Amino acid sequence: MSIDATDRRIIAATQAGLPLVAEPYAEVAGWLGLPEAEVIARLGAMRDSGIVRRVALAPNHYALGMQANGMSVWDVADDRAEALGEVVGALSFVSHCYLRPRALPLWPYNLFAMLHGPDRATVEAHRAEVADILGAACARHDILYSTRILKKTGMRLRPEG
Amino acid sequence: MRRAALPPEALDATDRAILNALQDGFPIAHDPFTQAAAPLGLSGAELTERLAHLREIGAVTRFGPFFDAEAMGGAFCLCAMEVPEARFEEVVTLVNAHPEVAHNYERAHRLNMWFVLACETREGIERTAARIERETGLCVLRFPKLREFFIGFRVEA
Repeated sequence: MSIDATDRRIIAATQAGLPLVAEPYAEVAGWLGLPEAEVIARLGAMRDSGIVRRVALAPNHYALGMQANGMSVWDVADDRAEALGEVVGALSFVSHCYLRPRALPLWPYNLFAMLHGPDRATVEAHRAEVADILGAACARHDILYSTRILKKTGMRLRPEG
Repeated sequence: MRRAALPPEALDATDRAILNALQDGFPIAHDPFTQAAAPLGLSGAELTERLAHLREIGAVTRFGPFFDAEAMGGAFCLCAMEVPEARFEEVVTLVNAHPEVAHNYERAHRLNMWFVLACETREGIERTAARIERETGLCVLRFPKLREFFIGFRVEA
Protein backbone atom coordinates (compact mmCIF):
# COMPACT_ATOMS: atom_id res chain seq x y z
CA MET A 1 0.00 0.00 0.00
CA SER A 2 1.26 3.45 -0.76
CA ILE A 3 0.52 6.55 1.25
CA ASP A 4 -0.57 9.89 -0.11
CA ALA A 5 0.16 13.47 0.89
CA THR A 6 -2.65 13.55 3.46
CA ASP A 7 -1.35 10.38 5.12
CA ARG A 8 2.08 11.98 5.27
CA ARG A 9 0.65 15.06 6.96
CA ILE A 10 -1.06 12.85 9.55
CA ILE A 11 2.20 10.99 10.14
CA ALA A 12 4.17 14.22 10.49
CA ALA A 13 1.59 15.60 12.95
CA THR A 14 1.55 12.50 15.17
CA GLN A 15 5.06 11.07 15.05
CA ALA A 16 6.06 12.99 18.17
CA GLY A 17 3.00 11.56 19.92
CA LEU A 18 -0.74 11.99 20.39
CA PRO A 19 -2.04 15.02 22.32
CA LEU A 20 -3.28 14.09 25.80
CA VAL A 21 -6.80 15.43 25.38
CA ALA A 22 -10.13 13.58 25.52
CA GLU A 23 -10.49 13.50 21.73
CA PRO A 24 -6.91 13.34 20.44
CA TYR A 25 -7.77 12.44 16.84
CA ALA A 26 -10.20 15.37 16.64
CA GLU A 27 -7.40 17.61 17.92
CA VAL A 28 -4.98 16.33 15.24
CA ALA A 29 -7.73 16.73 12.62
CA GLY A 30 -8.16 20.35 13.73
CA TRP A 31 -4.44 21.07 13.24
CA LEU A 32 -4.62 19.68 9.69
CA GLY A 33 -8.02 21.06 8.68
CA LEU A 34 -9.46 17.56 8.18
CA PRO A 35 -12.61 15.91 9.55
CA GLU A 36 -11.94 13.73 12.62
CA ALA A 37 -13.53 10.75 10.86
CA GLU A 38 -10.98 11.00 8.05
CA VAL A 39 -8.02 10.99 10.45
CA ILE A 40 -9.47 7.96 12.26
CA ALA A 41 -10.18 6.15 8.97
CA ARG A 42 -6.74 6.86 7.52
CA LEU A 43 -4.87 5.80 10.68
CA GLY A 44 -6.98 2.63 10.81
CA ALA A 45 -6.18 1.85 7.17
CA MET A 46 -2.48 2.47 7.77
CA ARG A 47 -2.60 0.14 10.79
CA ASP A 48 -4.30 -2.56 8.72
CA SER A 49 -1.61 -2.30 6.05
CA GLY A 50 1.28 -2.28 8.54
CA ILE A 51 2.45 1.29 7.90
CA VAL A 52 1.27 2.02 11.44
CA ARG A 53 2.71 -0.88 13.41
CA ARG A 54 0.66 -0.06 16.46
CA VAL A 55 -0.77 2.83 18.44
CA ALA A 56 0.61 2.36 21.93
CA LEU A 57 2.69 3.60 24.79
CA ALA A 58 6.44 3.01 24.67
CA PRO A 59 7.75 2.88 28.22
CA ASN A 60 11.19 4.29 28.92
CA HIS A 61 12.81 0.98 29.75
CA TYR A 62 15.80 2.69 31.35
CA ALA A 63 13.54 4.60 33.76
CA LEU A 64 11.74 1.34 34.59
CA GLY A 65 14.98 -0.34 35.57
CA MET A 66 16.05 -2.05 32.34
CA GLN A 67 19.50 -0.54 32.47
CA ALA A 68 21.53 -3.11 30.56
CA ASN A 69 21.39 -4.25 26.94
CA GLY A 70 23.57 -6.05 24.48
CA MET A 71 23.47 -6.72 20.75
CA SER A 72 23.56 -10.52 20.53
CA VAL A 73 24.60 -11.99 17.17
CA TRP A 74 24.18 -15.59 16.03
CA ASP A 75 25.48 -17.73 13.17
CA VAL A 76 22.33 -19.70 12.41
CA ALA A 77 22.01 -22.31 9.64
CA ASP A 78 20.36 -20.58 6.67
CA ASP A 79 17.58 -23.14 6.34
CA ARG A 80 16.58 -22.67 10.00
CA ALA A 81 17.14 -18.93 10.41
CA GLU A 82 13.65 -17.72 9.41
CA ALA A 83 11.78 -20.03 11.76
CA LEU A 84 14.16 -19.52 14.67
CA GLY A 85 14.18 -15.74 14.18
CA GLU A 86 10.41 -15.77 14.73
CA VAL A 87 10.87 -17.57 18.04
CA VAL A 88 13.67 -15.28 19.25
CA GLY A 89 11.84 -12.08 18.24
CA ALA A 90 8.79 -13.11 20.26
CA LEU A 91 10.78 -13.30 23.54
CA SER A 92 9.74 -10.58 26.00
CA PHE A 93 13.34 -9.36 26.53
CA VAL A 94 14.16 -8.93 22.79
CA SER A 95 13.49 -5.43 21.44
CA HIS A 96 14.77 -5.86 17.87
CA CYS A 97 15.37 -9.02 15.86
CA TYR A 98 16.65 -9.10 12.29
CA LEU A 99 18.24 -11.34 9.72
CA ARG A 100 21.19 -9.61 8.05
CA PRO A 101 23.86 -10.73 5.58
CA ARG A 102 27.11 -12.18 6.93
CA ALA A 103 30.40 -10.42 6.12
CA LEU A 104 32.84 -13.32 5.94
CA PRO A 105 35.44 -13.98 7.15
CA LEU A 106 35.27 -11.21 9.73
CA TRP A 107 31.58 -11.51 10.56
CA PRO A 108 29.90 -14.94 10.46
CA TYR A 109 26.66 -13.87 12.17
CA ASN A 110 23.29 -13.54 10.39
CA LEU A 111 20.74 -13.21 13.23
CA PHE A 112 20.81 -10.05 15.37
CA ALA A 113 18.76 -9.76 18.58
CA MET A 114 18.92 -6.85 21.03
CA LEU A 115 18.66 -8.25 24.58
CA HIS A 116 17.56 -6.18 27.60
CA GLY A 117 17.65 -6.64 31.35
CA PRO A 118 18.07 -4.81 34.64
CA ASP A 119 21.76 -5.69 34.74
CA ARG A 120 24.53 -7.37 32.74
CA ALA A 121 24.06 -10.70 34.55
CA THR A 122 20.41 -10.86 33.48
CA VAL A 123 21.35 -10.03 29.88
CA GLU A 124 23.88 -12.88 30.00
CA ALA A 125 21.17 -15.22 31.32
CA HIS A 126 18.92 -14.16 28.42
CA ARG A 127 21.80 -14.88 26.06
CA ALA A 128 22.06 -18.41 27.47
CA GLU A 129 18.31 -18.85 27.02
CA VAL A 130 18.55 -17.82 23.34
CA ALA A 131 21.53 -20.19 22.89
CA ASP A 132 19.36 -23.03 24.25
CA ILE A 133 16.55 -22.17 21.85
CA LEU A 134 18.87 -22.10 18.83
CA GLY A 135 20.68 -25.28 19.89
CA ALA A 136 22.67 -27.06 17.22
CA ALA A 137 21.32 -24.76 14.48
CA CYS A 138 23.69 -22.09 15.78
CA ALA A 139 27.40 -22.62 15.09
CA ARG A 140 28.68 -19.71 17.21
CA HIS A 141 27.53 -16.47 18.75
CA ASP A 142 28.73 -13.31 20.42
CA ILE A 143 27.31 -10.31 22.24
CA LEU A 144 28.42 -6.72 21.73
CA TYR A 145 27.92 -4.30 24.57
CA SER A 146 27.90 -0.60 23.82
CA THR A 147 30.58 1.35 25.62
CA ARG A 148 29.55 4.83 24.44
CA ILE A 149 26.75 6.56 22.53
CA LEU A 150 28.54 8.52 19.80
CA LYS A 151 25.42 10.01 18.20
CA LYS A 152 21.70 9.69 18.69
CA THR A 153 19.12 11.56 16.64
CA GLY A 154 15.48 10.84 15.98
CA MET A 155 14.55 9.61 12.54
CA ARG A 156 11.80 11.87 11.35
CA LEU A 157 9.76 11.99 8.19
CA ARG A 158 9.52 15.44 6.72
CA PRO A 159 5.95 16.67 6.19
CA GLU A 160 6.48 16.89 2.43
CA GLY A 161 8.05 13.52 1.65
CA MET B 1 15.65 10.76 27.25
CA ARG B 2 16.02 9.84 30.91
CA ARG B 3 18.52 6.99 31.29
CA ALA B 4 18.53 6.72 35.09
CA ALA B 5 16.10 4.38 36.85
CA LEU B 6 13.17 6.00 38.64
CA PRO B 7 12.96 5.32 42.40
CA PRO B 8 10.32 2.60 42.99
CA GLU B 9 8.08 5.02 44.91
CA ALA B 10 7.83 7.27 41.84
CA LEU B 11 5.10 4.96 40.45
CA ASP B 12 2.00 3.69 42.24
CA ALA B 13 -0.03 0.62 41.34
CA THR B 14 -2.29 2.59 38.97
CA ASP B 15 0.72 4.06 37.13
CA ARG B 16 2.12 0.55 36.71
CA ALA B 17 -1.19 -0.81 35.46
CA ILE B 18 -1.35 2.01 32.88
CA LEU B 19 2.22 1.40 31.70
CA ASN B 20 1.56 -2.33 31.36
CA ALA B 21 -1.83 -2.04 29.66
CA LEU B 22 -1.08 0.66 27.09
CA GLN B 23 2.05 -1.10 25.78
CA ASP B 24 -0.36 -3.53 24.13
CA GLY B 25 -2.25 -0.88 22.21
CA PHE B 26 -4.50 2.15 22.25
CA PRO B 27 -7.77 2.59 20.33
CA ILE B 28 -8.13 4.59 17.14
CA ALA B 29 -11.57 6.00 17.96
CA HIS B 30 -13.48 9.17 18.87
CA ASP B 31 -12.98 8.74 22.65
CA PRO B 32 -9.95 6.47 23.00
CA PHE B 33 -8.97 7.59 26.50
CA THR B 34 -12.42 6.78 27.89
CA GLN B 35 -12.25 3.36 26.20
CA ALA B 36 -8.72 2.63 27.43
CA ALA B 37 -9.45 3.90 30.94
CA ALA B 38 -12.53 1.74 31.60
CA PRO B 39 -10.73 -1.61 32.17
CA LEU B 40 -8.32 0.23 34.50
CA GLY B 41 -11.19 1.56 36.60
CA LEU B 42 -10.36 5.16 35.63
CA SER B 43 -12.12 7.97 33.81
CA GLY B 44 -10.68 9.27 30.56
CA ALA B 45 -9.63 12.49 32.29
CA GLU B 46 -7.85 10.60 35.06
CA LEU B 47 -5.97 8.59 32.44
CA THR B 48 -4.78 11.65 30.48
CA GLU B 49 -3.66 13.30 33.74
CA ARG B 50 -1.73 10.20 34.75
CA LEU B 51 -0.13 9.95 31.30
CA ALA B 52 0.94 13.60 31.36
CA HIS B 53 2.59 12.96 34.73
CA LEU B 54 4.27 9.74 33.54
CA ARG B 55 5.64 11.60 30.54
CA GLU B 56 6.87 14.44 32.76
CA ILE B 57 8.85 12.17 35.07
CA GLY B 58 10.36 10.35 32.08
CA ALA B 59 8.59 6.99 32.48
CA VAL B 60 7.19 7.18 28.94
CA THR B 61 9.33 7.57 25.83
CA ARG B 62 6.52 8.01 23.37
CA PHE B 63 2.77 7.63 23.22
CA GLY B 64 0.98 7.43 19.88
CA PRO B 65 1.26 5.76 16.47
CA PHE B 66 4.48 3.92 15.63
CA PHE B 67 5.20 4.05 11.92
CA ASP B 68 7.18 1.63 9.79
CA ALA B 69 9.75 4.05 8.39
CA GLU B 70 10.62 1.75 5.48
CA ALA B 71 6.99 1.37 4.46
CA MET B 72 6.91 5.19 4.22
CA GLY B 73 9.69 5.09 1.64
CA GLY B 74 12.80 5.60 3.74
CA ALA B 75 15.92 3.43 3.50
CA PHE B 76 17.99 2.28 6.47
CA CYS B 77 21.15 0.29 6.90
CA LEU B 78 23.16 -0.85 9.90
CA CYS B 79 26.87 -0.34 9.24
CA ALA B 80 30.01 -1.29 11.13
CA MET B 81 33.65 -0.25 10.99
CA GLU B 82 36.90 -1.50 12.45
CA VAL B 83 38.50 1.74 13.60
CA PRO B 84 42.07 1.77 14.89
CA GLU B 85 42.05 2.97 18.51
CA ALA B 86 44.44 5.83 17.77
CA ARG B 87 42.12 7.22 15.07
CA PHE B 88 38.85 6.67 16.89
CA GLU B 89 37.97 10.27 17.79
CA GLU B 90 38.96 11.55 14.33
CA VAL B 91 36.76 8.93 12.66
CA VAL B 92 33.82 9.68 15.01
CA THR B 93 33.95 13.29 13.84
CA LEU B 94 34.07 12.31 10.14
CA VAL B 95 31.22 9.79 10.44
CA ASN B 96 28.94 11.88 12.65
CA ALA B 97 29.30 14.87 10.31
CA HIS B 98 26.93 13.10 7.90
CA PRO B 99 23.30 13.96 8.66
CA GLU B 100 22.38 10.49 7.30
CA VAL B 101 24.05 8.93 10.38
CA ALA B 102 21.10 8.51 12.76
CA HIS B 103 22.72 6.72 15.67
CA ASN B 104 26.26 5.70 16.30
CA TYR B 105 27.54 3.46 19.11
CA GLU B 106 30.99 2.44 20.23
CA ARG B 107 30.91 -1.31 20.98
CA ALA B 108 33.40 -3.64 22.62
CA HIS B 109 34.46 -5.71 19.57
CA ARG B 110 37.01 -5.69 16.77
CA LEU B 111 34.21 -3.96 14.82
CA ASN B 112 34.08 -1.13 17.32
CA MET B 113 31.85 1.45 15.59
CA TRP B 114 28.21 0.66 14.71
CA PHE B 115 25.90 3.19 13.13
CA VAL B 116 22.60 3.37 11.28
CA LEU B 117 22.29 5.26 8.00
CA ALA B 118 18.85 6.73 7.31
CA CYS B 119 18.27 8.05 3.78
CA GLU B 120 15.39 8.78 1.46
CA THR B 121 16.54 6.09 -0.99
CA ARG B 122 18.62 2.92 -1.29
CA GLU B 123 21.06 4.80 -3.52
CA GLY B 124 21.50 7.34 -0.73
CA ILE B 125 22.72 4.56 1.59
CA GLU B 126 25.31 3.37 -0.93
CA ARG B 127 26.46 6.92 -1.70
CA THR B 128 26.87 7.84 1.98
CA ALA B 129 28.67 4.61 2.91
CA ALA B 130 31.05 5.04 -0.05
CA ARG B 131 31.72 8.65 0.93
CA ILE B 132 32.54 7.62 4.52
CA GLU B 133 34.96 5.01 3.13
CA ARG B 134 36.70 7.64 0.99
CA GLU B 135 36.92 10.16 3.83
CA THR B 136 38.22 7.70 6.43
CA GLY B 137 40.14 5.24 4.25
CA LEU B 138 38.37 2.48 6.23
CA CYS B 139 35.93 -0.20 5.13
CA VAL B 140 32.25 0.30 5.98
CA LEU B 141 30.54 -3.09 6.35
CA ARG B 142 26.87 -2.95 5.37
CA PHE B 143 24.32 -5.04 7.23
CA PRO B 144 20.99 -4.24 5.57
CA LYS B 145 17.90 -5.84 7.08
CA LEU B 146 16.94 -9.00 5.13
CA ARG B 147 14.04 -9.91 7.38
CA GLU B 148 12.52 -8.28 10.44
CA PHE B 149 10.77 -10.45 13.01
CA PHE B 150 7.69 -9.61 15.00
CA ILE B 151 8.74 -8.34 18.41
CA GLY B 152 7.25 -9.44 21.71
CA PHE B 153 9.26 -6.96 23.80
CA ARG B 154 7.49 -5.88 26.99
CA VAL B 155 8.69 -3.95 29.97
CA GLU B 156 6.93 -5.05 33.13
CA ALA B 157 6.35 -1.85 35.13
